[in-house]
Amino acid sequence: MIPELGHFALIIALLLALTQAILPLIGAQRGNLTLMAVARPATQGQFVFVALAFACLVYSFLVNDFSVENVARNSFSQLPEVYRVTASWGSHEGSLLLWVLMLAFWSTAVSVFSRHLPDDMVARVIGVMGLISVGFLTFMLTTSNPFLRLLPAAADGRDMNPLLQDWGMIIHPPMLYMGYVGFAVAFAFAIAALISGRLDAAWARWSRPWTTVAWAFLTLGVGLGSWWAYRELGWGGWWFWDPTENASFMPWLAGTALIHSLAVTEKRGAFKAWTVLLALSAFSLSLLGTFLVRSGVLSSVHAFATDPARGAFILVFMVVVIGGSLILYAWRAPKMVTGGAFTGFSREAMLLANNVILLAAMGSVLLGTLYPLLMDALGMGKISVGPPYFNAVFVPLMAPALFLMGVGPLLRWKGDSLPDIFSRLKWALAVAAATGLLLPLTLKGFNPWASLGFFVATWITLTAFIGFRDRMKNGTRLFKLPRAFWGMQLAHLGLAWGIAGIAVVANYQEERDVRMNVGDHTTLAGYTFTFRGAVEHPGPNYRAARGTLEVSQDGKQLFVLHPEKRIYNASGMPMTEAAIHPNIFRDVYVALGEPLDEEAKTWAVRLFYKPFINWLWIGALMMVIGGFLAASDRRYRIAVKATVPAGAVTQGA
Amino acid sequence: MKRWLPLILFAVLVGFFAKGLFLNPREVPSPFIGKPAPAFTLPVVATANAYAKADFSPADMKGKVWLLNVWAPWCVSCRQEHGVLMAVAQSQSVLFVGLNWKDKDREAEQLLADHGSPYVAVPDDLSGKIGIDYGVTGTPETYVIDQAGIIRMKHIGPISPDVWKEKFEPKLKELGA
Repeated sequence: MIPELGHFALIIALLLALTQAILPLIGAQRGNLTLMAVARPATQGQFVFVALAFACLVYSFLVNDFSVENVARNSFSQLPEVYRVTASWGSHEGSLLLWVLMLAFWSTAVSVFSRHLPDDMVARVIGVMGLISVGFLTFMLTTSNPFLRLLPAAADGRDMNPLLQDWGMIIHPPMLYMGYVGFAVAFAFAIAALISGRLDAAWARWSRPWTTVAWAFLTLGVGLGSWWAYRELGWGGWWFWDPTENASFMPWLAGTALIHSLAVTEKRGAFKAWTVLLALSAFSLSLLGTFLVRSGVLSSVHAFATDPARGAFILVFMVVVIGGSLILYAWRAPKMVTGGAFTGFSREAMLLANNVILLAAMGSVLLGTLYPLLMDALGMGKISVGPPYFNAVFVPLMAPALFLMGVGPLLRWKGDSLPDIFSRLKWALAVAAATGLLLPLTLKGFNPWASLGFFVATWITLTAFIGFRDRMKNGTRLFKLPRAFWGMQLAHLGLAWGIAGIAVVANYQEERDVRMNVGDHTTLAGYTFTFRGAVEHPGPNYRAARGTLEVSQDGKQLFVLHPEKRIYNASGMPMTEAAIHPNIFRDVYVALGEPLDEEAKTWAVRLFYKPFINWLWIGALMMVIGGFLAASDRRYRIAVKATVPAGAVTQGA
Repeated sequence: MKRWLPLILFAVLVGFFAKGLFLNPREVPSPFIGKPAPAFTLPVVATANAYAKADFSPADMKGKVWLLNVWAPWCVSCRQEHGVLMAVAQSQSVLFVGLNWKDKDREAEQLLADHGSPYVAVPDDLSGKIGIDYGVTGTPETYVIDQAGIIRMKHIGPISPDVWKEKFEPKLKELGA
């Protein structure tokens, strides 16, 4: 009964989405206020029904309703309750419903927080978001219905993928989708502006907070994904350049470029066409990611089960959405008059350079991700592109962008003087260069990549402090500085410190694969590990061998680690559960391999010493906080107050 | 022209994606195709249709078209495939040789006695070394080997009735089996 209710709610949501898409768009074109006024209630109604459907799905998982195919395939009677809830978005169908829920949520947010915008703008933005919703709801109802029944019902479920049974995975997809789908708002704003032909500073100002919030969520999602891979896959790595990871990284790069380009369009009226194109790209890349992960055109370690019918549907949908928006762009491009001249050494020029580099980096990731597909389609053989390509291309591309990141925020708009800036920054440059050259010597010898990392990290940190000092020259107190400024600096510092972490961990980590019998010792990075054996340790839905390793330094015992090797009951899938002892300067990471003898006394044990790895996640978190801080700047709220009367008049008319 | 560039780029990509939907990225061509089947001599597991010799070697099959099916008693999809192979072996004259791969628990003999054997011989690759020589990525995998002992085709994964009809039968006909 409940699954049917959910199914029915989805159908009503589709009808409401159609209403939300068609009527307001027609209304905006004809200037018909009655039709435009449909936008808000239809959106909010759609949200209610999608949320109802989602609740029905979660309920089916909670009560172990194995007569629902989705539940039977992705849940299990012994699965702990919290994972039963998260299993509802662990499958292709469920995650699609989560995607649609997020889209409805963002649309509703737009409908609530857009009182100050002109009615036709709101109608168009909401209408475009409605169109996207129609596409996804149709996709779900035709090829990926999460409520399909299984008759006769399964006796028990096949269990959720054990890899996903981790609390990093609980929040990773919702955050990632909040980001992906959030770019739909920027996309809808761009389309609305293209249709109306009003590409002005106001449009950029309206888009900015939405884009920044979406970007912050995406950053959180990508960061959580990386953190999950580090903890859960047991290989000690945190980024594998896998197609699925790249699918989330490309919109992030485009979104980062968009944030910066929007700043120029708002402040200076320049880069209009470019900004619009970026707004279209950021969401297009989100759609592309969805296509790549769900259609089976690329093989990936953690792609969804794939189906060509689904791939074909998303491809057609992509052609309509992206193709349509690019045609609209090409048609309207001549109307976009760029204002605000600037010299080659100005904040605009730096932001343009940042954009070009970010897009080039995005292009290189896209090329690397699609290269196997391109070669295969051209009949030139099967190949795979691995981390060496990405590291070789991506790092040298990003290095100049990171250097400019230090200079850009200190430059004036329109133009600045190179000698002036040089004399202001020469000390920062000298200190950064010295740190880059000397710091590696205090670790384990000179390493050019570590030097580069330390140099840019120090450089960005110092220039950020100079930025704060400049802003406080006229007597403004530190905490009175605008939130947008704080947000920007926090995000920049987060990136710098994340890079410092990467530079250390990538170049100075240590690892050992050893075979250990009970009582054996081994040392790594000054720590002594003593293996105390592994014992049976039953979990709720798995059996585990739980190892005990005592870790000591200079004869003093520091802590005990318990890595596990789990066998999940329903799937029989083995899983490595690494044990990690973290602190701000390093992680000690232990993973249990295979038992090497019959009595399971000798084990293959993998030990890692990961210096500064946590700086990576802390840096990502700072970027997220910076994003939210910038989006909450007073400026956007003042703009709201100032335009309320005008909006009220239009609404009353 | 410049304003149409994004659209053109996108159209090219869509062309590739459309093509990509009909390709399988997981299907990796074997470098062994067109090469002589690696030689080996292995003891044979005693089965219902006992092989005449105690050892099997690919050289024994010279002059015949035959299929080397890599399977294992512990492999679940091999059991699924087993029924299809049985049906084929009973209705057509196809020579299956079943390489018993890494059968650590020594279950093959009993299993074939209980469920019937589609194989003319079951060489016993306990260490898995021969599987490595053939580039086996997992069980089940099936190689089609011609009269001259050349590998002509490789199939990864279980053989379903459809796969047999669409992939194996044309190949066998082409080779004149």
